Amino acid sequence: MSLITTLARLEAVRTGRAQPAATVRHRHLSDRPLVFVPLTTAGEAGAPLGALVGTDRDAPHLLVVPQPRDRDLRFAFLADLADIVLPHVEAYAESVEAAERTETDPETGKRVKVEVDLCADAAQLVVPSRAGIDFVRLLGRSMRFRRTAEQDPETPHPAPPRVPLLGRWLTHYGERARVPGSSLLLAMTDLLGRHWATGQSTLEDQHLGALLAWIAPEFSPEPGLTGAEAARRAELARDADGQLLCPPAGPATDPAFDNRLLAPAIERYDRARTALAAAEDGLEADERLGALTAAEREIRALVDSRTRPTWDAVWRGLDLLRELPEGAHAEERWTRDRWSFTSHRDRILAGEPPQPRRDDAVTAANKLATREREQARLEAQEALDDPLVMAGRRLSGEAFAGEVVDVVMAYSESKRPSPRPLVTVRTDDRPHLGERAKVYRSLGGKPQTAEYVGPAASDDGFGDGTGTGDGDGTGTGDGTRDGDGVLVLRIMDKMGRGKEPEAGSVPEKGDLVCFTLFEHEQRGGAKLPDPEQTPWTHGGPPGAAAAVPEAADAQTEEDVL
Amino acid sequence: MDKAALASALGSPSAFGQSQFALTRGNAFEAKVKADGGAELLRLVHEKLDRGAEPPAEAGAAVPDLTAAGPEGRTARTALALREATGAPGAWTLLDHPMLALDVAGSPAFLEPDAVVVHPDGSWTVVEIKSFPMLDGSADPAKVGAAARQAAVYVLALERVAARLDPAPRVRHRVLLVCPKDFSNLPTASAVDVRKQRAVTDRQLARLTRIEDIADALPEGVCFSPGLPAEELAAAVEAVPAAYAPECLSACELAFHCRARSREAGAVTCLGRPVRAELGGLSTVEDVLAAARGEAGDPDDPAVAALRRAARLRAEALAAAGPTADAGTGAAAGGGSEFAVGAGGVSACR
Repeated sequence: MSLITTLARLEAVRTGRAQPAATVRHRHLSDRPLVFVPLTTAGEAGAPLGALVGTDRDAPHLLVVPQPRDRDLRFAFLADLADIVLPHVEAYAESVEAAERTETDPETGKRVKVEVDLCADAAQLVVPSRAGIDFVRLLGRSMRFRRTAEQDPETPHPAPPRVPLLGRWLTHYGERARVPGSSLLLAMTDLLGRHWATGQSTLEDQHLGALLAWIAPEFSPEPGLTGAEAARRAELARDADGQLLCPPAGPATDPAFDNRLLAPAIERYDRARTALAAAEDGLEADERLGALTAAEREIRALVDSRTRPTWDAVWRGLDLLRELPEGAHAEERWTRDRWSFTSHRDRILAGEPPQPRRDDAVTAANKLATREREQARLEAQEALDDPLVMAGRRLSGEAFAGEVVDVVMAYSESKRPSPRPLVTVRTDDRPHLGERAKVYRSLGGKPQTAEYVGPAASDDGFGDGTGTGDGDGTGTGDGTRDGDGVLVLRIMDKMGRGKEPEAGSVPEKGDLVCFTLFEHEQRGGAKLPDPEQTPWTHGGPPGAAAAVPEAADAQTEEDVL
Repeated sequence: MDKAALASALGSPSAFGQSQFALTRGNAFEAKVKADGGAELLRLVHEKLDRGAEPPAEAGAAVPDLTAAGPEGRTARTALALREATGAPGAWTLLDHPMLALDVAGSPAFLEPDAVVVHPDGSWTVVEIKSFPMLDGSADPAKVGAAARQAAVYVLALERVAARLDPAPRVRHRVLLVCPKDFSNLPTASAVDVRKQRAVTDRQLARLTRIEDIADALPEGVCFSPGLPAEELAAAVEAVPAAYAPECLSACELAFHCRARSREAGAVTCLGRPVRAELGGLSTVEDVLAAARGEAGDPDDPAVAALRRAARLRAEALAAAGPTADAGTGAAAGGGSEFAVGAGGVSACR
């Protein structure tokens, strides 16, 4: 966390309200995000208790598993979820536009442009918290190896038809969420935490209710609270029954809710079901079916009461985020998400098997390289899009902004001299510049490179107070270095082919410029071999083992306790 | 002392609790692992830790009865069973829920590992049974870390027991973590090396201030009974110094109380330990903000100088972003220079 964010947090403590940590929105938000608020059963892996899901904030679909340990009910839940999520995803998958991609021609080995389909937009999934992202990944893992009766008539507990497909999509979304800056699957706490600094620690920011309370305390049901008070209320306040007024955003539920409300309700449901099974005639069965339905309705109401506040909170968070203008590069990163979405669609259409349990060495290395590259890209783009982020980089000496005080034309010493103008910049920042260090500025969206020549000579009369001087005392510590704050740079490129630089390609005296020490665009790393060429140091080629489709998970009688 | 009750009496009840679903599932899983005289558990120990030894299915396994009255009695019974098992080499022995004592800051703490296995070669292994799943061979690192720290304490306690025997048997530093496999409740296991956690815990235990010393430092007549009025109780708790940090929230029942006190005092550690680290000698919110505004603090202090630069840069950036952003620090940039850093790069906008 940079000192600038720390200051914002301290300011939030003082004012009782979250402070901006960004001036633009750094993530793309879809017009129709699919919001998913799941709840899980404590102690069980991948046993959902219920969920609210949908694209309409006023009419979410409520899905409930009245007895989470019952495999059939769990499958029914997953089938319902597939019926809501898959049509949404497929609607985006069907609408495509033409795009170009460079591919290596298998025959000639040359890089050629190929025309391919790119989905015009991708489905965006929003969950309340980071734990929600993990749960999406877990759900995906639990479903993608299931077998349907159609795939394998012998399977003892066949899954409903579309469940394995949903598992593959959720796995893809869960994987994509690990790529920095991606927006296919977003956690609301991460989104809000990126754009606001609250007066609490990042650990406490994981609580969606508390985080929102800091950002918009006026939404708290009790009026007139400060952010800190509203956050405390969201975290801890309980009603007369000992239930949290603001239920946790899940997927884990509050133990007090499990023990006092849910467990008795599930017990009543179980009793009603046993009674129905033991009914001796139709009349009795009718009556007991009524009792069972009532018990189920009760559990549905309980799940609804715990998910609805979170559902509303997620949409309020979306409202708040939409008030911020979208960062200039967010759209470009979203296009990468669309490519990712399209490629997964293509893999499914091509009939490829589900993602393996463990990636092979080449895939794993590729994923890691992608994440590293995207992290660097995200950091650079956020700084370019947002002066507040750039301020952090300037503070840490990775960028500097200032006024051009002099431009001297110079040329390279080659047969055909090219322009290499010397630009003198006066700055209050303290960049960590080495000799001949490369610096970059954004020129019409493209990076222009300059080279650091050295500090300007101290006697050339620049100390005349051009207006960017220190007004708050930071200058008292300066003056320890000669020629402090006045730098000479040599512009290296983007000036056209002629002897004279193109108009506007060289800064002029009086211009305000901002140079960064980090590169704006990321180069791709070295190409990795095909999986068949995996070296023995990395396990060798996948061979015959990979050709066999992955087995379904072993199922035991008691895997549902 | 019941810290949860104390926290409730102070008006900041802890948020800990366990769902009965998790409890049921955890107990059912442990019972399944230990069924049939621990056959499955011993098979896993043999497979993961001691493949050279004779398999328990052939060598036979003993499961001694460890029931006794009171924790001291059970500790003594456990020590006896361990000695007997070590003295009879060639067989496997499973100690189900033994009781161990460990000296913590001068007072004995009783510990109950899920199981301890004595190998045929006389060495001892701690077994930890957890109900979080091991998915495709890997489990949640945070939970595994917590389990490893817990097991390390058991290893230390076992080493104290072993030291009293002659020759002292070896306590293995690789413990067995047993978890449900994937989405089933079939047990699977993994050996976890706890040498590091053991060393850390050992050093921390040695450095702990002894309870008597803490008690001596307290004023006469301090009482932590939850029955006392809240103000008296708060004063009593106040007599014991505490260094709150957000990490406490996941570990201590009194954390919400300490957080409230810490916030009242305006301590910057409330925002996290790293925050405290980068602010040098400034430890309260008001000090830091005053220093950032240039109202206080020594400008030659590097922390103060950095703060002022940060405040100036932040105000400048917020001013550049327009009226939506709230330039709250009041330390406006000198000369009112404005930068517009947009998509198309930097352009002059004066």
